[in-house]
Amino acid sequence: MTVESTAARKPRRSAGTKRTAAKKPPGAQPDLVQLLTPEGKRVKNGEYDAYVADITPEELRGLYRDMVLTRRFDAEATSLQRQGELGLWASLLGQEAAQIGSGRATREDDYVFPTYREHGVAWCRGVDPANLLGMFRGVNNGGWDPNSNNFHLYTIVIGSQTLHATGYAMGIAKDGADSAVIAYFGDGASSQGDVAESFTFSAVYNAPVVFFCQNNQWAISEPTERQTRVPLYQRAQGYGFPGVRVDGNDVLACLAVTKWALERARRGEGPTLVEAFTYRMGAHTTSDDPTKYRADEEREAWEVKDPILRLRTYLEASNHADEGFFAELEAESEALGKRVREVVRAMPDPDRFAIFENAYADGHALVDEERAQFAAYQASFADEGEGK
Amino acid sequence: MTAEKMALAKAINESLRTALDADPKVLIMGEDVGKLGGVFRVTDGLQKDFGEERVIDTPLAESGIVGTAIGLALRGYRPVVEIQFDGFVFPAYDQIVTQLAKMHARALGKIKLPVVIRIPYGGGIGAVEHHSESPEALFAHVAGLKVVSPSNAGDAYWMMQQAIHSDDPVIFFEPKRRYWDKSEVNREAIPGPLHKARVVREGTDLTLAAYGPMVKVCQEAAAAAEEEGKSLEVLDLRSMSPIDFDAVQASVEKTRHLVVVHEAPVFLGTGAEIAARITERCFYHLEAPVLRVGGYHAPYPPARLEDEYLPGLDRVLDAVDRSLAY
Repeated sequence: MTVESTAARKPRRSAGTKRTAAKKPPGAQPDLVQLLTPEGKRVKNGEYDAYVADITPEELRGLYRDMVLTRRFDAEATSLQRQGELGLWASLLGQEAAQIGSGRATREDDYVFPTYREHGVAWCRGVDPANLLGMFRGVNNGGWDPNSNNFHLYTIVIGSQTLHATGYAMGIAKDGADSAVIAYFGDGASSQGDVAESFTFSAVYNAPVVFFCQNNQWAISEPTERQTRVPLYQRAQGYGFPGVRVDGNDVLACLAVTKWALERARRGEGPTLVEAFTYRMGAHTTSDDPTKYRADEEREAWEVKDPILRLRTYLEASNHADEGFFAELEAESEALGKRVREVVRAMPDPDRFAIFENAYADGHALVDEERAQFAAYQASFADEGEGK
Repeated sequence: MTAEKMALAKAINESLRTALDADPKVLIMGEDVGKLGGVFRVTDGLQKDFGEERVIDTPLAESGIVGTAIGLALRGYRPVVEIQFDGFVFPAYDQIVTQLAKMHARALGKIKLPVVIRIPYGGGIGAVEHHSESPEALFAHVAGLKVVSPSNAGDAYWMMQQAIHSDDPVIFFEPKRRYWDKSEVNREAIPGPLHKARVVREGTDLTLAAYGPMVKVCQEAAAAAEEEGKSLEVLDLRSMSPIDFDAVQASVEKTRHLVVVHEAPVFLGTGAEIAARITERCFYHLEAPVLRVGGYHAPYPPARLEDEYLPGLDRVLDAVDRSLAY
């Protein structure tokens, strides 16, 4: 096997990515669905145009607003981590289109199973951004009610939630409902056994679930080539359901493709794998240092494909938004940042007895005993003033 | 209907049937649980009567079984999952420990995970490797899980009912070598609490505490000891998380000697925890250290050696003698 033939089997990076030609030859992405080019030009697509055909200028401005506010919130969270207000933050910078496009494709009765980076999807589901910060500040491990927005808790162990999504979707089918489930995961998670098992289960039970893989090219320091030698969307074929690669920086394409996949699920046609081809512009988390493993040039090549910039270009060129809109959004954006800052700084530490709360739903004798011992220990400091 | 004598496996089957009948949200899931009725026939006939939508043959992937059961529970179902053999549970260990056990707390109590995981466990049936293990301590160690094991058909019926009604995940260890042992099942009796131990034989000289398959061995040991003039109390713990320490304490305060018996390795096992707690609670009552009889810190041996590995009558009586000689 020649070097060239090995390379040809691997997913190709976008044109402009500077890599050695032998390892990663430049070339077009295979079958990439794109409705809005990086230059902000609307391009026709016979298969998916129908899913955004009736989109109004107001809805387009809405998508733009979602992406801007999500990015602003994300930047604020990164700052709050730098200021010591959060222990950690996993930035979504660069993935706004993938998350807003897919998130806006969901219906209220659909159910979302996120990783820990789906801040944009949470936004679309109506989860208060401030709620997402509790676990990163260390005051809880999630804590929001998944059923109030049909948005499950963030899942930290990679890929586990794809099985929960599949089971939930099996339940929807048993109930005879026409809701659907969307499970988020990344290129790294695609290597997990749980993801493979969720593909198997969803296929054999024909579960109404959309697997939305944000291939952001990096699993911390490992490039996608370390996870797969075929484009990820092609994995679906082996399980017997369709897989599609969409431009993950194109919010319109992500919206259209996800709508298509969700509608398939609703019609009883089973699972779909959507691979949103995007890029993690920032570090894996605030604890990570990408300069150790990737070149600036790669990031720069993706910068010109920015999801927000291309929609702005399109909105301006088509006269769908004026200066007033952008100025108002700028003000709203700053107000959001301010509110998030204030909420986080005011977030109290939990009561120390929260350790024992909710370990069990029906209680547990040992937990009761240990809570009493802990209380007695704390009470022993009573004459020293406040308990230590 | 009054009490009826049936095998332990049949009692679980009847209990599952009762639950399927009573609550349309109850589901049975597992490998070969449908047409075949499970490799031990515990789910025999259930798919025929309740259909493939409720008694579900799954792909051969334990993590997938438990992971999808979690999703079904989130949707409002109450899945009862079968893991075919004790040694096959580990592909699902991550889903059980990381997700199932912790999700209720992660959501600050806003969601519940009423999932029962049935695991036929223990040795004594001459099986090949991975079919004879006793991993209960690995689950009892995890906060968020409840762990129980019946020793007889009557308990099996009611403990399964209670496990299915529990809003917490329950790991239900079934003593596979007792599947065919018959005892009375009274479906009209009002059962005691799921996590309470029960004195199955009263005695005054020493307490034998056991659960699952070892209860019978302890009863036989107590009968043999009686012939030698020793009065042994036998306690069926029934639950390994939580453990009914009050019951053990009450018995030990009377007998002043305790021997804990299980098939699982003694090192860091259920017996170790009981020894530590009872030493704290009963320090001035004990006339001998708490002794343990169980498996060795070695992989479960090939079947031809399992009688050497498993605690039997003589090893239990040897520990009784050592305790009483202090």
